Amino acid sequence: MKELFAPGHRACAGCGATIAVRQVLDAAGENVICTNATGCLEVTTTPYPHTAWGVPWIHVAFENSAAVASGIDAAYNSFIKKGLLKEKPYIIAFGGDGGTFDIGLQALSGMLERGHNVLYVCYDNEAYMNTGIQRCSSTPIGAATTTSPPGKFSIGESRRKKPIAMIAAAHDIPYVATACIAFPADLKKKVKKALENTPSFLHIFAPCPTGWRTLSEKTVEIARLAVETGVFPLYEITSDAPLIPKITKKRKEGKMVEEYLQLQGRFRHLFKPKKRDDVIQKIQKEVDEKWKWLEGLNEMAR
Amino acid sequence: MEIVKGNEAAAIGAKLAKPDVVAAYPITPSTDFPEKMSEYVANGELPTTEFVPVESEHSAMSACIGAAATGARVCTATSSQGLELMHEILFIASGMRLPIVLYNANRALSAPINIWNDQQDSIAARDAGWIQMYAENNQEVLDLMIMAFKIAEDVLLPAMVCLDAFYSTHTFEPVDIPSQAEVDSFLPPYKPEHVALDPKKPMTQGSFGVPEVYQELRYMQQRAMEKASVVIDDVFSQFKEKFGREYNKIEKFMTEDAEILLLTMGSLSGTVKEVVEEMRKEGKKVGAIKITVFRPFPEKEIVNAIQNASVVGIIEKNISPGYGGAVFADLSGVLANKNHPLLLDFICGLGGRDVTLDDVKEIIKTCDDALEGDYERVNWIGVKEELL
Repeated sequence: MKELFAPGHRACAGCGATIAVRQVLDAAGENVICTNATGCLEVTTTPYPHTAWGVPWIHVAFENSAAVASGIDAAYNSFIKKGLLKEKPYIIAFGGDGGTFDIGLQALSGMLERGHNVLYVCYDNEAYMNTGIQRCSSTPIGAATTTSPPGKFSIGESRRKKPIAMIAAAHDIPYVATACIAFPADLKKKVKKALENTPSFLHIFAPCPTGWRTLSEKTVEIARLAVETGVFPLYEITSDAPLIPKITKKRKEGKMVEEYLQLQGRFRHLFKPKKRDDVIQKIQKEVDEKWKWLEGLNEMAR
Repeated sequence: MEIVKGNEAAAIGAKLAKPDVVAAYPITPSTDFPEKMSEYVANGELPTTEFVPVESEHSAMSACIGAAATGARVCTATSSQGLELMHEILFIASGMRLPIVLYNANRALSAPINIWNDQQDSIAARDAGWIQMYAENNQEVLDLMIMAFKIAEDVLLPAMVCLDAFYSTHTFEPVDIPSQAEVDSFLPPYKPEHVALDPKKPMTQGSFGVPEVYQELRYMQQRAMEKASVVIDDVFSQFKEKFGREYNKIEKFMTEDAEILLLTMGSLSGTVKEVVEEMRKEGKKVGAIKITVFRPFPEKEIVNAIQNASVVGIIEKNISPGYGGAVFADLSGVLANKNHPLLLDFICGLGGRDVTLDDVKEIIKTCDDALEGDYERVNWIGVKEELL
């Protein structure tokens, strides 16, 4: 099989984002055009004159990956009307969580609403990593970042993570799913569905060893734990049951969030110097409540 | 001849260029443009064009870039706050060498919010690496829109065509509309070789420019602007040959033997020419110069045109607070190290304030007085003392 995303790029060892891209391209194949928001992925994979991308790729700015993809889609529509070609290639817009949850949300909303033949892939490492680990609306409660530092008056990030996949689903688009780099078969299956049912949105959980203060070799293990403990639920939302996130992988009975948190330096202050059971319990409670809601919806949809 | 609004004239020009993609967002006073373009798509006049009703001007320019990088001929339109919202992306369009055409209705910037004319918006985008042309009337905007595609696609730089808000955008004037066949032979289909987003020939565009390569890319943009200066002359002369209408980077009006020259851009040129004509009858040696092409700056042409005058009054609808007007700055810059006439800057017409024949006469009087040695470098016209 042809490798469409070359090794030798400058991403950190154990980078979750580049694992996500490999898996996405693996599923998409060669007949694809990619856009990329400004961020780690763009910076590390395309220092001129080098590129890691074996498929057509374009970067324009931070907040407009979806808008650029809209333009590509429109150009191909025109070429088809002119009879220059019969079918459009797949178009995938990549953005990190900052470029998707925050600064690129408007462009994303516009692209989804206008119904472009675009799959938007958000690789989520839960903070602004390229600028040096600042909090984002994707940063989970309790996480330390350089702009949500723990301290006498702070537990780290104080707000809940923005439910970006549900926001995308609220656009009433054909396909939305969450995926995780630790479950490549599930991820690739979802990419294939998403490419055939555009506009679509895929939210991929992709740990960042540098920003999360974790060991590079633990990236996949931590990603797996996020799913198994229920911190990052895997689901898909299709037009068969709009707005119902159908669980595609159950969390593991008895796996507590503490196991996931304690492996990561960004949550170190919840364990040392004094264990913050109150915060850990709060996080556990929120995860439990989210699952109750998810399972309730799944029950209802059945 | 047809009687059309300025905005429609711009849209007709764009339609005749048969763009593949138009991505635009409504904003007063350029809104007729996206309305007209979507109408042409809806009624089949532009059967292969895609109109993308984007959710912001920022996304308009971003979608234009995506489409242009795919190899499409693209255009958009905006004004004022819209141009400012796409400001970030304007630089990227030129840096990526994409020949996007933008129609800008020149409107004042907030605050205070104001929908009327001045040229602060496009002047603020002066350094974005775009070719900038200013139309005086509806015929000019139609013609310059057609030519903008040809120029931009030759030198691989984006081009902006500006028209004054309301004075021209909403004024009906007779325009000669060239036939599609004539325009087709003047402007062949766009076939870019430097860009593609095609799985058959994978290309990386918009990559990370490290210090070892960045400056050279900027240098090449400057060289492309220098080339544009030559290409514009060539396109103007081809246009004249085909359509009979003459364009020049600057238009000279009664400049021969003129002691006082007034320099303007856009619709104000009409008012100035009227005063010049009247005063010439009275024996006053005045003349006018209209800048049609502001970027690339018509250095050689202006320097030649003003060298025999005693005083040049630059009448402009923009202000760089803390300095003065941008056109004055640019003109004085190219005159550095040369003998040159006295230069006076006149700031006027901001936020739609009417610039009257009497105002222009006052400017000429100020120029006269300056020759006696009594002058200020920056002069404001029509400021109401009672409001200060």
